[in-house]
Amino acid sequence: MLGIIRQKAFAQSLQRIRPATSAWRGYSSAAKEMTVREALNSALDEEMSADPKVFLMGEEVGEYQGAYKISKGLLEKYGPERVLDTPITEAGFTGIGVGAAYYGLKPVVEFMTFNFSMQAIDHIINSAAKSNYMSAGQISVPIVFRGPNGAAAGVGAQHSHCYASWYASCPGLKVLAPYSSEDARGLLKAAIRDPDPVVFLENELLYGESFPVSAEVLDSSFCLPIGKAKIEREGKDVTITAFSKMVGYALKAAEILAKEGISAEVINLRSIRPLDRPTINASVRKTNRLVTVEEGFPQHGVGAEICASVIEDSFGYLDAPVERIAGADVPMPYAANLERMAVPQVEDIARAAKRACYRSVPMAAV
Amino acid sequence: MALAHLTSSSRSNLLKPSPPSYPTLILSAVRSPPPPTPLLSRLPFRSLLTNASLLPAPSRPLLKSLFLSSATWLRCGGWRSPPILYKAKLIRGFCHLYDGQEAVAVGMEAAITKKDCIITAYRDHCTFVGRGGTLLEVFSELMGRQAGCSNGKGGSMHFYRKDAGFYGGHGIVGAQVPLGCGLAFAQKYSKGETVTFALYGDGAANQGQLFEALNISALWDLPVILICENNHYGMGTAEWRASKSPAYYKRGDYVPGLKVDGMDALAVKQACKFAKEHVLRNGPIILEMDTYRYHGHSMSDPGSTYRTRDEISGVRQERDPIERIRKVILAHDLATEKELKDFEKEIRKEVDQAIAQAKESPMPEPSELFANVYVKGLGTEAFGADRKEVRAVLP
Repeated sequence: MLGIIRQKAFAQSLQRIRPATSAWRGYSSAAKEMTVREALNSALDEEMSADPKVFLMGEEVGEYQGAYKISKGLLEKYGPERVLDTPITEAGFTGIGVGAAYYGLKPVVEFMTFNFSMQAIDHIINSAAKSNYMSAGQISVPIVFRGPNGAAAGVGAQHSHCYASWYASCPGLKVLAPYSSEDARGLLKAAIRDPDPVVFLENELLYGESFPVSAEVLDSSFCLPIGKAKIEREGKDVTITAFSKMVGYALKAAEILAKEGISAEVINLRSIRPLDRPTINASVRKTNRLVTVEEGFPQHGVGAEICASVIEDSFGYLDAPVERIAGADVPMPYAANLERMAVPQVEDIARAAKRACYRSVPMAAV
Repeated sequence: MALAHLTSSSRSNLLKPSPPSYPTLILSAVRSPPPPTPLLSRLPFRSLLTNASLLPAPSRPLLKSLFLSSATWLRCGGWRSPPILYKAKLIRGFCHLYDGQEAVAVGMEAAITKKDCIITAYRDHCTFVGRGGTLLEVFSELMGRQAGCSNGKGGSMHFYRKDAGFYGGHGIVGAQVPLGCGLAFAQKYSKGETVTFALYGDGAANQGQLFEALNISALWDLPVILICENNHYGMGTAEWRASKSPAYYKRGDYVPGLKVDGMDALAVKQACKFAKEHVLRNGPIILEMDTYRYHGHSMSDPGSTYRTRDEISGVRQERDPIERIRKVILAHDLATEKELKDFEKEIRKEVDQAIAQAKESPMPEPSELFANVYVKGLGTEAFGADRKEVRAVLP
């Protein structure tokens, strides 16, 4: 479906006409488009420029320009003292990053993917998350751990794990999951400025996706609040919560549902910890039905927490059981057809929403 | 084999040509006639990739202060009080005592400033006091009171004093070493001309993350001194059962190392002073302190199932760090026997007072449960065990 995005002419804006590549794009008075990669790069650049205590470390972040080119140009601009290539030793360099944060610097530690963060997880949890509490406020840890999280394409079981619920269960951490370029810029800037340890879960497949960004988003002081979800699409029949790549899928599912007369409200969580329970509950009280969507494993996942929260705070408002869409309960297979079955697809989300609305065809009784 | 390391000049440019073998190492370093000092050490220095010229040269004020601090810490961290409090269940959970190892903390503290950083594992009470912590804070924290250095929320293993450069107090064996290298990174980044001492035990010396951090520290020339407090037992496992190579000062391979008599506070001080100057120019160094703990690993370990009582009392007789200093002080007429006894009485009184005060001090307020989870809580909610009963807003 073609869409034409027309911008109001601002002093510095460009006028562009281009086909939208997905079913849904926010029609806005946007000044330009930006990929998530560009958004992250510009956020890092601006925060490093604004605060000399901010530095970046990780594998290939410097001379290689970043394994996914997120840190392109930063070494050249800020030099090897602030953009540091590390050896392949996550436990060691993560500990060093946390120690630097103890002293008062503001490290941004990149994991090539969060799968490798398991090698450093003791430092993230025991050295970073808990220190402010154990020291009664003496040792704060203003650190950001960032990198791609969750499934990519065809990378197999050891490289496709989603860590959102792992980190979000730990008090002392903040866990963010951007979807759009606006999210990426605003949340990364907020994370770097935040005085607490932040786990910043990006998504490899979103890096190349383009989103419109307003002049406000492009401003170097732009920042999004941590702990606030965004209602990407308003609706009244069913609430669909999602984060990261699944927001795009949920929006597509909402388009499909709209054609069948179901008005879905899509919530982009943005923040997994703190979870924006008020926004989620307010939405469920309005729609009375909930579908949670995530790419990671279902047991003890983000959807489980959202479901529990809604049962605790809005039980009387639910007209149907909460539906949970999540990754399949198997290590990620490699074969393309099996991989497709192991991650949620748009039709899964639409089907679950219809079930919540009692609109699906019932399974045949045996 | 040991000398092979010293003489292989292709390994390091720290070696001067044809270095002397170790017995003459100490004597040949002297430029002027040494003062008539009885050498405290029974164990001479041993080195890897460095030819530290070290000779303990005590001054009167130093000796006095060493004795005072050691005695305080001995009483504080060792023998009498904590085991009694532990039996009375006033101290709970873990309590790892430092008695026997005081010379390491005391000697190190004498060589550095409060702008230098120290980070250690869980045997941290004495190190904390050395960094300026008060006895009241120590005992309050051990008993879980509000007046404790961590408001009662940390416990025995989590003492901190950031404004004096003491970064804890860590419960995960070995984790403090990369953290210490990170502190050194930040010191270098801030162009401070200060250094970090990262202490660990012989049990932690085999941790992988130690070598990861050491590699990065050597690559980036970080001003970090790794101090292995080798008390020869990792909990209940003797070093010969845990480490293929017990020469911990050599474990750095490409990083220079020095083995020091850790029961001699003056040797420790000298080594730390040397190490500080070294790392500011050359990157990391490893100091192995040959020391001993009289108590078991912690309060739940009697300490006698894996070693003999004869061994413990033997070390106490031959190498006790405080006795050594006492002997040197008396030999130099820096104080009389009576003066030293009076010091000890004073200290014992201070300790007893602190314990009494701590016993009276209140437990933390219930609201403390939710304090300091975050620096910036953003107004989010935190929940107690029954979330409908206990909810708090994090400021």
